[in-house]
Amino acid sequence: MNPPPTPPTPGAALVLDRASIERCLKRIAHELIERNPDLAKIALIGIPSRGIEIAKRLAGYLKDFTGTEPFTGVVDVAMHRDDLHRHRLPPRVERTILPHDLEEVTIVLTDDVLFSGRTCRAAMDSISSFGRPARIQYAVLVDRGHRELPIRADYVGKNVPTALGQRVHVRFAATDGIEDSVWMSQT
Amino acid sequence: METAAPVKYQAAPTPPARDNDTWTHKDLVGLQDLTAAEINHVLDTAAAFKDVGAREVKKVPALRGQTLVNFFVEASTRTRVSFELAAHRLSADVINMTATSSSLTKGETLKDTAKNLEALHADIIVLRHSSAGAAQFLAERLEASVINAGDGAHEHPTQALLDTFTIREKLGRVAGIHVAIVGDILFSRVARSNIHALLKLGARVTLVGPSTLVPREFEPMGVKVTHDLDSVLPEADVVNLLRIQHERQRKEYFPSLGEYTQFFGLTKQRAERLKPGALIMHPGPINRGVEIDSDLADSVRSVILDQVTNGLAVRMAVLYLCAGVRVPES
Repeated sequence: MNPPPTPPTPGAALVLDRASIERCLKRIAHELIERNPDLAKIALIGIPSRGIEIAKRLAGYLKDFTGTEPFTGVVDVAMHRDDLHRHRLPPRVERTILPHDLEEVTIVLTDDVLFSGRTCRAAMDSISSFGRPARIQYAVLVDRGHRELPIRADYVGKNVPTALGQRVHVRFAATDGIEDSVWMSQT
Repeated sequence: METAAPVKYQAAPTPPARDNDTWTHKDLVGLQDLTAAEINHVLDTAAAFKDVGAREVKKVPALRGQTLVNFFVEASTRTRVSFELAAHRLSADVINMTATSSSLTKGETLKDTAKNLEALHADIIVLRHSSAGAAQFLAERLEASVINAGDGAHEHPTQALLDTFTIREKLGRVAGIHVAIVGDILFSRVARSNIHALLKLGARVTLVGPSTLVPREFEPMGVKVTHDLDSVLPEADVVNLLRIQHERQRKEYFPSLGEYTQFFGLTKQRAERLKPGALIMHPGPINRGVEIDSDLADSVRSVILDQVTNGLAVRMAVLYLCAGVRVPES
Protein backbone atom coordinates (compact mmCIF):
# COMPACT_ATOMS: atom_id res chain seq x y z
CA MET A 1 0.00 0.00 0.00
CA ASN A 2 1.21 3.47 -0.84
CA PRO A 3 1.84 5.79 2.09
CA PRO A 4 -0.95 8.35 2.48
CA PRO A 5 -0.34 11.55 0.49
CA THR A 6 0.72 14.63 2.43
CA PRO A 7 -2.03 17.17 3.17
CA PRO A 8 -1.62 20.69 1.74
CA THR A 9 -2.40 22.32 5.08
CA PRO A 10 -2.26 20.90 8.58
CA GLY A 11 -5.40 19.04 9.50
CA ALA A 12 -6.83 18.89 5.98
CA ALA A 13 -9.02 15.87 5.33
CA LEU A 14 -8.66 13.70 2.25
CA VAL A 15 -11.73 13.82 0.00
CA LEU A 16 -10.44 11.99 -3.10
CA ASP A 17 -7.28 9.95 -3.52
CA ARG A 18 -5.39 9.21 -6.74
CA ALA A 19 -7.48 6.20 -7.73
CA SER A 20 -10.77 8.01 -7.02
CA ILE A 21 -9.71 11.01 -9.12
CA GLU A 22 -8.84 8.66 -11.97
CA ARG A 23 -12.27 6.97 -11.72
CA CYS A 24 -14.05 10.36 -11.70
CA LEU A 25 -12.22 11.64 -14.75
CA LYS A 26 -12.69 8.37 -16.66
CA ARG A 27 -16.41 8.49 -15.94
CA ILE A 28 -16.54 12.10 -17.18
CA ALA A 29 -14.73 10.98 -20.35
CA HIS A 30 -17.44 8.36 -20.95
CA GLU A 31 -20.15 10.96 -20.36
CA LEU A 32 -18.44 13.25 -22.88
CA ILE A 33 -18.56 10.44 -25.45
CA GLU A 34 -22.29 9.88 -24.75
CA ARG A 35 -23.18 13.55 -25.11
CA ASN A 36 -20.90 14.41 -28.03
CA PRO A 37 -21.22 11.93 -30.92
CA ASP A 38 -18.49 13.68 -32.93
CA LEU A 39 -15.47 14.07 -30.68
CA ALA A 40 -13.55 15.75 -33.50
CA LYS A 41 -15.77 18.76 -32.94
CA ILE A 42 -15.15 19.24 -29.24
CA ALA A 43 -12.33 21.28 -27.72
CA LEU A 44 -11.31 20.71 -24.10
CA ILE A 45 -10.36 24.13 -22.76
CA GLY A 46 -8.72 24.28 -19.34
CA ILE A 47 -9.19 27.11 -16.87
CA PRO A 48 -5.78 27.90 -15.27
CA SER A 49 -4.11 26.46 -13.54
CA ARG A 50 -5.32 22.94 -12.74
CA GLY A 51 -8.16 22.95 -15.26
CA ILE A 52 -5.45 22.68 -17.91
CA GLU A 53 -4.23 19.43 -16.38
CA ILE A 54 -7.81 18.10 -16.26
CA ALA A 55 -8.32 18.95 -19.95
CA LYS A 56 -5.14 17.06 -20.84
CA ARG A 57 -6.16 14.00 -18.83
CA LEU A 58 -9.66 13.91 -20.29
CA ALA A 59 -8.17 14.18 -23.80
CA GLY A 60 -5.87 11.25 -23.00
CA TYR A 61 -8.76 9.08 -21.76
CA LEU A 62 -10.88 9.99 -24.80
CA LYS A 63 -8.01 8.92 -27.04
CA ASP A 64 -7.69 5.62 -25.13
CA PHE A 65 -11.44 4.92 -25.34
CA THR A 66 -12.21 6.05 -28.90
CA GLY A 67 -8.96 6.67 -30.77
CA THR A 68 -9.91 10.33 -31.26
CA GLU A 69 -7.90 12.90 -29.33
CA PRO A 70 -9.77 16.19 -29.14
CA PHE A 71 -8.20 19.66 -29.25
CA THR A 72 -6.97 20.85 -25.86
CA GLY A 73 -6.36 24.48 -24.98
CA VAL A 74 -6.40 27.17 -22.33
CA VAL A 75 -8.66 30.11 -21.57
CA ASP A 76 -7.33 32.98 -19.49
CA VAL A 77 -9.83 34.27 -16.97
CA ALA A 78 -7.65 36.77 -15.08
CA MET A 79 -8.32 39.64 -17.46
CA HIS A 80 -12.04 38.89 -17.53
CA ARG A 81 -12.70 38.73 -13.81
CA ASP A 82 -15.02 41.28 -12.22
CA ASP A 83 -13.25 41.12 -8.89
CA LEU A 84 -9.71 42.33 -9.63
CA HIS A 85 -10.13 44.90 -6.85
CA ARG A 86 -10.82 42.12 -4.35
CA HIS A 87 -7.43 40.51 -4.87
CA ARG A 88 -4.48 41.88 -2.95
CA LEU A 89 -2.15 41.09 -5.86
CA PRO A 90 -2.98 40.80 -9.57
CA PRO A 91 -3.83 37.21 -10.59
CA ARG A 92 -1.47 35.66 -13.10
CA VAL A 93 -2.52 36.12 -16.74
CA GLU A 94 -2.11 33.14 -19.08
CA ARG A 95 -2.11 32.97 -22.86
CA THR A 96 -5.43 31.79 -24.28
CA ILE A 97 -5.21 28.86 -26.71
CA LEU A 98 -8.44 28.14 -28.63
CA PRO A 99 -9.23 26.47 -31.98
CA HIS A 100 -8.77 28.93 -34.83
CA ASP A 101 -12.41 28.80 -35.88
CA LEU A 102 -15.01 28.38 -33.12
CA GLU A 103 -18.07 28.33 -35.40
CA GLU A 104 -19.07 24.63 -35.14
CA VAL A 105 -17.02 23.72 -32.11
CA THR A 106 -18.37 22.52 -28.76
CA ILE A 107 -16.16 24.03 -26.09
CA VAL A 108 -15.85 21.94 -22.93
CA LEU A 109 -14.51 24.16 -20.14
CA THR A 110 -12.64 22.19 -17.49
CA ASP A 111 -11.79 23.29 -13.97
CA ASP A 112 -10.80 21.69 -10.70
CA VAL A 113 -13.36 23.22 -8.31
CA LEU A 114 -16.76 24.81 -9.00
CA PHE A 115 -17.62 27.30 -6.25
CA SER A 116 -19.28 30.69 -6.89
CA GLY A 117 -19.45 30.21 -10.67
CA ARG A 118 -17.73 33.55 -11.30
CA THR A 119 -14.65 31.95 -12.85
CA CYS A 120 -16.86 30.06 -15.29
CA ARG A 121 -18.65 33.29 -16.23
CA ALA A 122 -15.30 35.00 -16.83
CA ALA A 123 -14.21 32.05 -19.01
CA MET A 124 -17.41 32.25 -21.08
CA ASP A 125 -16.98 36.02 -21.48
CA SER A 126 -13.42 35.51 -22.60
CA ILE A 127 -14.40 32.87 -25.18
CA SER A 128 -17.18 35.02 -26.58
CA SER A 129 -14.65 37.74 -27.40
CA PHE A 130 -12.95 35.27 -29.77
CA GLY A 131 -16.06 34.09 -31.58
CA ARG A 132 -19.27 32.13 -31.23
CA PRO A 133 -18.86 28.44 -30.47
CA ALA A 134 -21.74 26.06 -31.23
CA ARG A 135 -22.15 25.37 -27.51
CA ILE A 136 -20.23 25.52 -24.25
CA GLN A 137 -20.24 22.67 -21.73
CA TYR A 138 -18.61 22.65 -18.33
CA ALA A 139 -16.73 19.83 -16.56
CA VAL A 140 -15.40 20.03 -13.01
CA LEU A 141 -13.63 17.59 -10.73
CA VAL A 142 -15.34 18.90 -7.58
CA ASP A 143 -18.58 20.85 -7.13
CA ARG A 144 -18.52 22.36 -3.64
CA GLY A 145 -21.75 24.37 -3.88
CA HIS A 146 -22.39 28.03 -2.88
CA ARG A 147 -23.16 29.35 -6.36
CA GLU A 148 -23.46 33.12 -6.76
CA LEU A 149 -24.55 32.95 -10.39
CA PRO A 150 -27.06 30.78 -12.30
CA ILE A 151 -24.39 28.33 -13.50
CA ARG A 152 -24.20 24.55 -13.21
CA ALA A 153 -21.71 21.99 -14.48
CA ASP A 154 -22.60 19.43 -17.17
CA TYR A 155 -20.07 16.94 -15.82
CA VAL A 156 -19.17 16.63 -12.12
CA GLY A 157 -16.50 14.33 -10.72
CA LYS A 158 -17.79 14.58 -7.18
CA ASN A 159 -20.22 16.74 -5.26
CA VAL A 160 -18.63 17.82 -1.97
CA PRO A 161 -20.96 19.63 0.43
CA THR A 162 -18.99 22.37 2.21
CA ALA A 163 -19.48 25.26 4.56
CA LEU A 164 -18.76 28.67 3.06
CA GLY A 165 -15.56 29.20 5.07
CA GLN A 166 -14.06 25.79 4.31
CA ARG A 167 -11.50 25.34 1.55
CA VAL A 168 -11.10 22.63 -1.07
CA HIS A 169 -7.55 21.93 -2.28
CA VAL A 170 -6.82 19.98 -5.45
CA ARG A 171 -3.29 18.71 -5.98
CA PHE A 172 -1.86 17.01 -9.05
CA ALA A 173 1.54 15.39 -9.39
CA ALA A 174 2.01 17.22 -12.70
CA THR A 175 1.27 20.73 -11.38
CA ASP A 176 2.12 20.57 -7.68
CA GLY A 177 4.65 17.78 -7.32
CA ILE A 178 2.29 16.14 -4.82
CA GLU A 179 0.41 12.89 -5.38
CA ASP A 180 -3.01 13.43 -7.00
CA SER A 181 -5.45 14.23 -4.21
CA VAL A 182 -8.39 16.43 -3.18
CA TRP A 183 -8.55 17.84 0.34
CA MET A 184 -10.91 19.83 2.51
CA SER A 185 -9.76 22.11 5.33
CA GLN A 186 -11.60 24.33 7.82
CA THR A 187 -9.84 27.57 6.81
CA MET B 1 -15.82 4.14 -1.31
CA GLU B 2 -14.69 7.64 -2.04
CA THR B 3 -16.28 9.05 1.07
CA ALA B 4 -14.22 7.23 3.65
CA ALA B 5 -14.19 8.99 6.99
CA PRO B 6 -11.85 11.99 6.77
CA VAL B 7 -8.43 11.12 8.10
CA LYS B 8 -6.31 13.68 9.90
CA TYR B 9 -2.64 13.88 8.96
CA GLN B 10 0.44 15.53 10.33
CA ALA B 11 1.33 19.09 9.42
CA ALA B 12 3.31 19.32 6.20
CA PRO B 13 4.76 22.11 4.08
CA THR B 14 2.57 23.68 1.42
CA PRO B 15 3.72 23.18 -2.18
CA PRO B 16 6.44 25.60 -3.27
CA ALA B 17 5.11 28.86 -4.72
CA ARG B 18 5.68 29.08 -8.46
CA ASP B 19 8.52 31.48 -9.09
CA ASN B 20 7.94 34.86 -10.73
CA ASP B 21 4.30 34.44 -9.91
CA THR B 22 3.98 37.63 -7.98
CA TRP B 23 3.94 41.30 -8.77
CA THR B 24 3.78 43.46 -5.66
CA HIS B 25 4.40 47.02 -6.90
CA LYS B 26 1.60 49.56 -7.20
CA ASP B 27 3.92 51.80 -9.26
CA LEU B 28 6.39 51.38 -12.08
CA VAL B 29 8.98 54.12 -11.65
CA GLY B 30 12.04 52.41 -13.13
CA LEU B 31 13.66 49.09 -13.89
CA GLN B 32 16.70 49.66 -11.72
CA ASP B 33 14.98 48.25 -8.64
CA LEU B 34 13.16 45.34 -10.28
CA THR B 35 14.43 41.75 -10.19
CA ALA B 36 14.93 39.61 -13.29
CA ALA B 37 11.94 37.51 -12.20
CA GLU B 38 9.73 40.59 -11.98
CA ILE B 39 10.81 41.79 -15.42
CA ASN B 40 10.12 38.33 -16.85
CA HIS B 41 6.72 38.33 -15.18
CA VAL B 42 5.83 41.58 -16.97
CA LEU B 43 7.04 40.13 -20.28
CA ASP B 44 5.03 36.91 -19.80
CA THR B 45 1.95 38.94 -18.93
CA ALA B 46 2.52 41.12 -21.99
CA ALA B 47 2.61 38.01 -24.20
CA ALA B 48 -0.91 37.13 -23.04
CA PHE B 49 -2.12 40.70 -23.58
CA LYS B 50 -0.57 40.84 -27.05
CA ASP B 51 -2.99 38.12 -28.15
CA VAL B 52 -5.94 40.36 -27.21
CA GLY B 53 -5.11 42.47 -30.28
CA ALA B 54 -5.79 39.47 -32.51
CA ARG B 55 -9.26 38.76 -31.12
CA GLU B 56 -12.57 39.59 -32.73
CA VAL B 57 -13.31 41.77 -29.68
CA LYS B 58 -10.10 43.60 -28.85
CA LYS B 59 -11.14 44.61 -25.38
CA VAL B 60 -11.14 42.95 -21.96
CA PRO B 61 -12.90 44.15 -18.81
CA ALA B 62 -9.93 43.91 -16.43
CA LEU B 63 -9.83 47.62 -15.47
CA ARG B 64 -13.51 48.40 -15.96
CA GLY B 65 -14.55 51.39 -13.87
CA GLN B 66 -10.99 52.56 -13.21
CA THR B 67 -9.79 55.99 -14.30
CA LEU B 68 -6.40 56.58 -15.87
CA VAL B 69 -4.92 60.04 -16.20
CA ASN B 70 -2.32 60.54 -18.91
CA PHE B 71 -0.40 63.41 -17.33
CA PHE B 72 2.16 64.56 -19.89
CA VAL B 73 4.10 67.58 -18.70
CA GLU B 74 6.55 67.02 -21.55
CA ALA B 75 5.43 66.59 -25.17
CA SER B 76 4.88 63.07 -26.47
CA THR B 77 2.50 61.59 -28.96
CA ARG B 78 3.36 57.95 -29.43
CA THR B 79 3.84 57.04 -25.78
CA ARG B 80 0.67 58.86 -24.78
CA VAL B 81 -1.38 57.26 -27.56
CA SER B 82 0.06 53.84 -26.70
CA PHE B 83 -0.94 54.22 -23.04
CA GLU B 84 -4.32 55.57 -24.05
CA LEU B 85 -5.09 52.64 -26.35
CA ALA B 86 -3.76 50.17 -23.76
CA ALA B 87 -6.14 51.66 -21.18
CA HIS B 88 -9.08 51.51 -23.62
CA ARG B 89 -8.35 47.84 -24.36
CA LEU B 90 -8.50 47.19 -20.60
CA SER B 91 -11.83 49.08 -20.38
CA ALA B 92 -10.46 51.90 -18.20
CA ASP B 93 -11.61 55.50 -18.62
CA VAL B 94 -8.91 57.88 -19.83
CA ILE B 95 -8.30 61.58 -19.28
CA ASN B 96 -5.46 63.29 -21.15
CA MET B 97 -3.67 66.26 -19.62
CA THR B 98 -0.76 68.10 -21.17
CA ALA B 99 1.46 70.79 -19.71
CA THR B 100 -0.13 73.60 -21.66
CA SER B 101 -3.64 72.60 -20.68
CA SER B 102 -2.83 72.09 -17.01
CA SER B 103 -2.56 74.54 -14.15
CA LEU B 104 1.18 73.89 -13.99
CA THR B 105 1.51 76.84 -16.33
CA LYS B 106 -0.42 78.89 -13.78
CA GLY B 107 2.11 78.12 -11.07
CA GLU B 108 0.53 75.11 -9.35
CA THR B 109 3.08 72.63 -8.06
CA LEU B 110 3.30 69.09 -9.41
CA LYS B 111 2.21 67.74 -6.06
CA ASP B 112 -0.89 69.95 -5.89
CA THR B 113 -1.92 69.04 -9.43
CA ALA B 114 -1.51 65.37 -8.65
CA LYS B 115 -3.40 65.67 -5.36
CA ASN B 116 -6.23 67.26 -7.30
CA LEU B 117 -6.24 64.38 -9.75
CA GLU B 118 -6.43 61.99 -6.85
CA ALA B 119 -9.30 63.93 -5.34
CA LEU B 120 -11.13 63.13 -8.57
CA HIS B 121 -10.52 59.43 -7.79
CA ALA B 122 -7.95 58.78 -10.50
CA ASP B 123 -6.72 55.21 -10.03
CA ILE B 124 -3.69 55.31 -12.31
CA ILE B 125 -1.50 58.28 -13.23
CA VAL B 126 0.83 57.94 -16.21
CA LEU B 127 3.43 60.68 -15.86
CA ARG B 128 5.81 62.11 -18.44
CA HIS B 129 7.98 64.83 -16.93
CA SER B 130 11.18 66.68 -17.80
CA SER B 131 12.63 66.25 -14.30
CA ALA B 132 14.28 63.03 -13.18
CA GLY B 133 12.54 61.68 -10.09
CA ALA B 134 9.14 63.24 -10.77
CA ALA B 135 7.43 59.84 -10.96
CA GLN B 136 9.11 58.66 -7.77
CA PHE B 137 8.01 61.86 -6.04
CA LEU B 138 4.36 61.24 -6.91
CA ALA B 139 4.50 57.49 -6.28
CA GLU B 140 5.55 58.12 -2.69
CA ARG B 141 2.79 60.63 -2.07
CA LEU B 142 -0.24 59.22 -3.85
CA GLU B 143 -2.38 56.20 -3.27
CA ALA B 144 -2.98 55.93 -7.01
CA SER B 145 -0.66 53.81 -9.15
CA VAL B 146 2.01 55.94 -10.80
CA ILE B 147 3.53 54.76 -14.08
CA ASN B 148 6.65 56.53 -15.28
CA ALA B 149 6.34 57.37 -18.98
CA GLY B 150 9.74 59.07 -18.99
CA ASP B 151 11.31 61.37 -16.39
CA GLY B 152 14.09 63.59 -17.68
CA ALA B 153 17.18 61.57 -18.55
CA HIS B 154 16.44 59.06 -15.76
CA GLU B 155 14.21 56.16 -16.87
CA HIS B 156 11.57 55.20 -19.43
CA PRO B 157 10.71 51.73 -18.16
CA THR B 158 7.90 50.77 -20.55
CA GLN B 159 10.10 51.58 -23.57
CA ALA B 160 12.87 49.28 -22.28
CA LEU B 161 10.33 46.57 -21.47
CA LEU B 162 8.93 46.68 -24.99
CA ASP B 163 12.46 46.62 -26.46
CA THR B 164 13.30 43.59 -24.32
CA PHE B 165 9.97 41.95 -25.19
CA THR B 166 10.73 42.44 -28.91
CA ILE B 167 14.20 40.91 -28.56
CA ARG B 168 12.80 37.93 -26.68
CA GLU B 169 10.03 37.48 -29.24
CA LYS B 170 12.30 37.72 -32.30
CA LEU B 171 15.41 35.94 -31.02
CA GLY B 172 13.78 33.56 -28.53
CA ARG B 173 15.80 34.72 -25.53
CA VAL B 174 17.54 37.68 -23.94
CA ALA B 175 20.33 35.95 -21.99
CA GLY B 176 23.57 35.90 -23.94
CA ILE B 177 22.29 38.30 -26.63
CA HIS B 178 24.68 41.10 -27.53
CA VAL B 179 22.89 44.45 -27.80
CA ALA B 180 24.59 47.57 -29.16
CA ILE B 181 22.90 50.80 -28.10
CA VAL B 182 24.01 53.57 -30.42
CA GLY B 183 23.80 57.32 -30.14
CA ASP B 184 22.90 59.85 -27.52
CA ILE B 185 23.28 57.77 -24.37
CA LEU B 186 24.06 60.64 -22.01
CA PHE B 187 20.66 62.29 -22.41
CA SER B 188 18.72 59.07 -22.93
CA ARG B 189 16.34 57.63 -20.37
CA VAL B 190 15.60 54.89 -22.91
CA ALA B 191 19.24 53.81 -22.79
CA ARG B 192 19.34 53.79 -18.99
CA SER B 193 16.22 51.67 -18.65
CA ASN B 194 17.41 49.35 -21.40
CA ILE B 195 20.79 48.86 -19.71
CA HIS B 196 19.07 47.88 -16.44
CA ALA B 197 16.65 45.45 -18.11
CA LEU B 198 19.17 43.82 -20.45
CA LEU B 199 21.88 43.31 -17.82
CA LYS B 200 19.41 41.87 -15.32
CA LEU B 201 18.24 39.35 -17.94
CA GLY B 202 21.80 38.34 -18.79
CA ALA B 203 22.39 40.18 -22.08
CA ARG B 204 25.67 41.85 -23.05
CA VAL B 205 25.46 45.58 -23.70
CA THR B 206 27.81 47.78 -25.71
CA LEU B 207 27.24 51.52 -25.84
CA VAL B 208 28.40 53.27 -29.00
CA GLY B 209 28.60 56.98 -29.81
CA PRO B 210 30.76 60.08 -29.70
CA SER B 211 32.76 60.38 -26.50
CA THR B 212 30.80 63.48 -25.57
CA LEU B 213 27.53 61.53 -25.54
CA VAL B 214 28.89 58.15 -24.42
CA PRO B 215 31.35 58.86 -21.62
CA ARG B 216 33.31 56.06 -19.95
CA GLU B 217 31.36 56.81 -16.75
CA PHE B 218 28.82 54.24 -17.93
CA GLU B 219 31.30 51.36 -17.66
CA PRO B 220 30.78 50.71 -13.90
CA MET B 221 27.17 49.74 -14.74
CA GLY B 222 28.62 46.63 -16.38
CA VAL B 223 28.54 47.69 -20.03
CA LYS B 224 31.24 48.14 -22.68
CA VAL B 225 31.79 51.62 -24.07
CA THR B 226 33.23 52.23 -27.53
CA HIS B 227 33.36 55.05 -30.03
CA ASP B 228 33.85 52.83 -33.09
CA LEU B 229 30.56 51.58 -34.56
CA ASP B 230 32.16 49.58 -37.39
CA SER B 231 33.99 47.29 -34.96
CA VAL B 232 30.79 46.52 -33.02
CA LEU B 233 28.41 45.76 -35.89
CA PRO B 234 29.81 42.30 -36.82
CA GLU B 235 29.40 41.12 -33.19
CA ALA B 236 25.97 42.55 -32.36
CA ASP B 237 22.74 40.54 -32.38
CA VAL B 238 20.69 43.71 -31.92
CA VAL B 239 21.45 47.30 -32.86
CA ASN B 240 19.24 49.77 -30.99
CA LEU B 241 19.60 53.22 -32.56
CA LEU B 242 18.56 56.07 -30.33
CA ARG B 243 17.15 59.29 -31.58
CA ILE B 244 19.39 62.36 -31.46
CA GLN B 245 17.44 64.47 -28.99
CA HIS B 246 17.76 67.96 -30.40
CA GLU B 247 15.52 69.32 -27.67
CA ARG B 248 17.50 67.95 -24.76
CA GLN B 249 21.02 69.00 -25.70
CA ARG B 250 22.98 71.99 -26.72
CA LYS B 251 24.75 71.87 -30.04
CA GLU B 252 28.29 71.52 -28.70
CA TYR B 253 28.09 67.75 -28.18
CA PHE B 254 29.00 67.01 -31.79
CA PRO B 255 29.95 69.32 -34.66
CA SER B 256 27.08 68.60 -37.05
CA LEU B 257 24.35 66.09 -37.86
CA GLY B 258 26.25 65.28 -41.08
CA GLU B 259 29.33 64.35 -39.13
CA TYR B 260 27.27 62.32 -36.65
CA THR B 261 25.77 60.32 -39.53
CA GLN B 262 29.22 59.81 -41.04
CA PHE B 263 30.55 58.18 -37.87
CA PHE B 264 27.49 56.77 -36.09
CA GLY B 265 24.64 56.62 -38.56
CA LEU B 266 23.56 53.15 -39.73
CA THR B 267 24.14 53.56 -43.45
CA LYS B 268 23.62 50.85 -46.08
CA GLN B 269 27.36 50.15 -46.34
CA ARG B 270 27.64 49.86 -42.58
CA ALA B 271 24.65 47.55 -42.36
CA GLU B 272 26.48 45.04 -44.58
CA ARG B 273 28.79 44.39 -41.63
CA LEU B 274 25.86 43.17 -39.51
CA LYS B 275 25.44 39.48 -38.69
CA PRO B 276 22.74 37.72 -40.70
CA GLY B 277 19.56 37.84 -38.62
CA ALA B 278 20.65 40.82 -36.53
CA LEU B 279 17.78 43.09 -35.52
CA ILE B 280 17.60 46.84 -36.09
CA MET B 281 15.60 48.70 -33.44
CA HIS B 282 14.68 52.32 -32.88
CA PRO B 283 12.38 53.75 -30.21
CA GLY B 284 11.08 56.39 -32.61
CA PRO B 285 10.43 58.93 -33.86
CA ILE B 286 13.09 58.26 -36.49
CA ASN B 287 15.28 61.00 -37.91
CA ARG B 288 15.52 59.36 -41.34
CA GLY B 289 18.97 59.81 -42.83
CA VAL B 290 20.51 60.75 -39.48
CA GLU B 291 20.62 57.74 -37.12
CA ILE B 292 19.49 55.32 -39.78
CA ASP B 293 19.31 55.14 -43.56
CA SER B 294 15.73 55.55 -44.72
CA ASP B 295 15.58 52.26 -46.68
CA LEU B 296 17.09 50.32 -43.79
CA ALA B 297 14.36 51.58 -41.48
CA ASP B 298 11.84 49.90 -43.79
CA SER B 299 13.89 46.71 -44.39
CA VAL B 300 13.05 43.21 -43.13
CA ARG B 301 15.72 43.51 -40.46
CA SER B 302 14.01 46.48 -38.95
CA VAL B 303 11.59 45.59 -36.12
CA ILE B 304 10.67 49.22 -35.48
CA LEU B 305 6.95 48.69 -36.11
CA ASP B 306 6.94 45.46 -34.07
CA GLN B 307 8.22 47.62 -31.23
CA VAL B 308 5.15 49.85 -31.56
CA THR B 309 2.75 46.86 -31.51
CA ASN B 310 4.59 45.29 -28.59
CA GLY B 311 4.54 48.59 -26.73
CA LEU B 312 0.78 48.34 -26.55
CA ALA B 313 0.95 44.82 -25.08
CA VAL B 314 3.64 45.77 -22.57
CA ARG B 315 1.69 48.83 -21.41
CA MET B 316 -1.48 46.75 -20.99
CA ALA B 317 0.52 44.34 -18.84
CA VAL B 318 2.03 47.14 -16.74
CA LEU B 319 -1.35 48.82 -16.19
CA TYR B 320 -2.99 45.51 -15.30
CA LEU B 321 -0.24 44.52 -12.86
CA CYS B 322 0.19 47.88 -11.11
CA ALA B 323 -3.55 48.59 -10.88
CA GLY B 324 -4.04 45.07 -9.52
CA VAL B 325 -1.91 45.69 -6.43
CA ARG B 326 -3.93 46.80 -3.42
CA VAL B 327 -2.13 48.98 -0.96
CA PRO B 328 -2.79 47.51 2.47
CA GLU B 329 -4.60 49.99 4.65
CA SER B 330 -2.30 51.05 7.44
